[in-house]
Amino acid sequence: MSDNIGKPHDRIDGRLKVTGAARYAADFAVPNPLYAHLVVSTVGKGRIAGIDEAAARAVPGVREIYTHRNQPDLQPAGFFGAGAGQAQQGWRPLAGPDVRFYGEIVGMVVAETLLAAREAAAELRFDYEAQDPAAVFGASGVEPEPLPDRTLSVGDADRALSEAATSIARSYETAPNTHNAMELFATTAHWEGEDVTVYVPSQWVKGFQFGLATELGIDERRIRVRSPYVGGGFGGKGTLFTFTGLVTAAARRLGRPVKLYVTREQGFTVASFRAETEQDVKIGAAPDGLISAFIHEGRELTSRPDTYVVNGAENTTRMYHATDIRTGLTAVHADRQTPGFMRAPPETPYFFALESAMDELARELDMDPVELRIRNDVDRDPVRGVPFTSRSLVECFRQAGEAFGWSDYTPAIGSMSEGDELIGWGVATSTYPTQMSPCAVRVSVDMSGEAQVQVASHDVGTGAYTVLAQAASQRLGLPMERIHVELGDSRLPPGTIAGGSVSTASNVSAVEIACDRILEKLGARRGALDLEAAFGSFPQTAVEEYVEWVPSALGSGGRGSLRNGSVRIVGGAGEEYAAFAFGAQFAEVRVNRWTKEIRVPRLVGAFAAGRIMNEKTARSQYLGGMVWGVGHALHEATEIDPRTGAVMNDNISEYLVPVNADIRQLDAILVPEVDDKVNPAGVKGIGEIGIVGTAAAIANAVHHATGVRVRKTPIRLDDLFTDA
Amino acid sequence: MKPFRYQAPADVAAAVEVVEPMGLPGQGGAFLAGGTTIVDLMKLSVASPHSLTDIRRLGMDAIRDDGGTLHVGARTTMAEAAEHPAFRDRAPVLSDALWKAASPQLRNVATLGGNVLQRTRCPYFRDGVSPCNKRDPGSGCAAIGGINRLLAVLGTSEACIASYAGDFANALILFDPIVETARPGDEGREIPFADLHVLPQDHPERETILEDDELITGFRIPLPSWARRSVYVKARDRESYAFALASAAVALDMDGDRVREARLGLGGVAATPWRAREAEAFLRGKTLNEETALEAGRLAMEGAQGYAHNAFKIPLGRRTVAKGLLDAAAMDLGDAG
Repeated sequence: MSDNIGKPHDRIDGRLKVTGAARYAADFAVPNPLYAHLVVSTVGKGRIAGIDEAAARAVPGVREIYTHRNQPDLQPAGFFGAGAGQAQQGWRPLAGPDVRFYGEIVGMVVAETLLAAREAAAELRFDYEAQDPAAVFGASGVEPEPLPDRTLSVGDADRALSEAATSIARSYETAPNTHNAMELFATTAHWEGEDVTVYVPSQWVKGFQFGLATELGIDERRIRVRSPYVGGGFGGKGTLFTFTGLVTAAARRLGRPVKLYVTREQGFTVASFRAETEQDVKIGAAPDGLISAFIHEGRELTSRPDTYVVNGAENTTRMYHATDIRTGLTAVHADRQTPGFMRAPPETPYFFALESAMDELARELDMDPVELRIRNDVDRDPVRGVPFTSRSLVECFRQAGEAFGWSDYTPAIGSMSEGDELIGWGVATSTYPTQMSPCAVRVSVDMSGEAQVQVASHDVGTGAYTVLAQAASQRLGLPMERIHVELGDSRLPPGTIAGGSVSTASNVSAVEIACDRILEKLGARRGALDLEAAFGSFPQTAVEEYVEWVPSALGSGGRGSLRNGSVRIVGGAGEEYAAFAFGAQFAEVRVNRWTKEIRVPRLVGAFAAGRIMNEKTARSQYLGGMVWGVGHALHEATEIDPRTGAVMNDNISEYLVPVNADIRQLDAILVPEVDDKVNPAGVKGIGEIGIVGTAAAIANAVHHATGVRVRKTPIRLDDLFTDA
Repeated sequence: MKPFRYQAPADVAAAVEVVEPMGLPGQGGAFLAGGTTIVDLMKLSVASPHSLTDIRRLGMDAIRDDGGTLHVGARTTMAEAAEHPAFRDRAPVLSDALWKAASPQLRNVATLGGNVLQRTRCPYFRDGVSPCNKRDPGSGCAAIGGINRLLAVLGTSEACIASYAGDFANALILFDPIVETARPGDEGREIPFADLHVLPQDHPERETILEDDELITGFRIPLPSWARRSVYVKARDRESYAFALASAAVALDMDGDRVREARLGLGGVAATPWRAREAEAFLRGKTLNEETALEAGRLAMEGAQGYAHNAFKIPLGRRTVAKGLLDAAAMDLGDAG
């Protein structure tokens, strides 16, 4: 058997997806369903004073209208972000007459047809006692909550800053973003006696199962959550939606399956989002560029009841040399929905600030920005003083820089422009911490050579089905097409959340152990299972292994999360090491001299992330992240009207993401790296790193092209009309 | 979406008889061609016509080129027109404006008659609840103090700052075309295109002079030979499938490097399809260079009023016009240029 690991295997589910055979949550047919439609608030803060249901109930086919006056009996599942449970927010929808943000669920209509449900929803009249919301930074009435327990301090950063030969102090802002996965949010609940099957797009079927059990007040074994394919998760499908419990409870009360599709518009507010940030970065350096002082403070918007923060300074502090470090963190409570994960939740906003600031420091020092980063490369975590399991940052800069042609860079503003195009080049560092999570898998092999791999984990479009098949194929020595992978079903052995780039590192570690045990039982060697010989002397026709894998940093105490609906995510390799994947990104921007339109014709990234399971799906992950980085830099912003808290671009015609025409030359280089310390699989997560730093590389290139330093995302042509 | 009656009459005469006007735009019956605006607004409950009169099988979809005037059926799709040699070769600005609009899927179904009547993308119009004089006359304008980056700076009023969102009309207006309409009986009209749209003033709910039972059947576009020197420059946030932040439709009749006649239309910045006649007059007889191009742009944007998020459109509009003029002047038309 040739080496299967790392090979660019096509996705084994690719054909199912392009032919439409892959079934997403909303595709499952249930017998005789009712259809639900959500009704959301049209005020940003206040109380429901009255509801007129008459016209809505008169719509033919309406079966029930749920509001706070007759809400289905649900208990709170607990806010995931507070470590209390699995829910996307800390309060139940329809629990009372209070409206906490614009677009909050205030009602749900259930009818015989989708159209009747929607028509009735449009006829439902809410009378609000409205108050002025404080929905954005700077609004009167937002409540800052300093979080000193979440900060870091090493030495005396303020003094080091004041004593530094060169220093900068800059402020940056990032806009709120909405996931807008192609697959809309949905839930179908189908009760059969005391048991319910819930089809819901999910990055965490086990969490949804346990959360629903709490909400419905029933044993979790009565609940099966299925999500075999996810049409884009991006973090937005990571925690239990508020509407899923509503639909499931309604189906129980009404005695029929209920299907809900959430509209694109509603998806902007009834699920989570990436909150806006404001950040201050201060860096002090010696004349040779060596950094002494590093201060990074963030303010992050959150909802009124919940404290959700991403605290990216936790990781920006690990990137570069610094003797004296201080971070700050403040949650700013506002009248908005509770934010949540979105691809590289901490790093995307915080590395925009860090890597923009590094470019500003390089300018201040009159130093090449690549050279500044290399000079400040470290082999130990500057905060904890422990070594990295592996760190290939310099090699990433070398390879990406060579591919990009960085040696032709001339630093003067506008010096590389041609004709009507102002051309600029910029660079940034990418990183993502290597994390893992307890998981359990079941692997079986029968005498005919068919193997099964089962885990309640998820393929959110990343290639998980394929890489798990590769891992088993390689270990057992069976061909790929004989390995059958099952994911996305809460009845499978408990897997973990598809978040934090933990899935491959965790699941592959467990699968390899399970395969080894099978081989041991069959008396076979790794990668060389001779079926006839093995089963000839084996007393059964098949062998099956159930394996629980817990990251060493957690110890045996970590395994409890497999059985109680919680999730434990830990950084790789425990206390003795710091574990991160690294990368470098180079961007070329072209700004039209006349219209100031900003385009990114060229983007090169190089990433080192330990063992790569599949070159093709890995590259796709990196490229997808970089494309999203272009969107983060230039396009994406959820526009909030400060007067109402309403989202004013709640559609994908006006909430912009890059289209094909925006992406020209895009390269991701897979830098080889062997890491034998990080985990048994030698795998670092790759799901999130691709987006990290991209926006800063583009912002730095915009500055190089135009001389305008834009310290916010998205950067729009508006920002370049500095002198009209 | 509210229930509505669907009817598919056999011919145009029957269609205008049965459409059931109610007097208020969006309140009576509506014609259905491509459906890309009306169905969208019905799903948002912004428009609730009690009937849709389907005109999709009623012809009006031919393009005839008699060498001087183009006769274009109102049901010609944006895609068909964009690819038609008469558009591509005789007036590239018309083809450009079409293929730079929307997405291929939309262009395949959206028709030219519907396209020139495209409703605004103002988010306060589309949200169904905010004060909006266009949707709910007399309720006010939430956009003026709200999120207005995409809205208009020219032709606005205290009652409305919605922008006309289309592209094709901004190019079409350059050639003083005639809009042909049908009405019940023999009341069809020939309307100069420049008169079709009306400024919002105190009644933004009224966007055109069309009566509610009046159907655009076609356009007559007299194309001068020099329309070959024409471009559509569209400044936008991304390279495709985005509304114009500012656009310039330019056609030039050049005598060497001097302008014999210039035609200039603006998009993305105005309440209606917009012709910049003062800038055109300024350019007559001028040598075209960066300075005169920018001055034409300044004149084109004269009188513009910016709001909290869209004031950048004033310098952007000026510079987009300048780029359009210079790009058109630089076109290599070969022998006949």
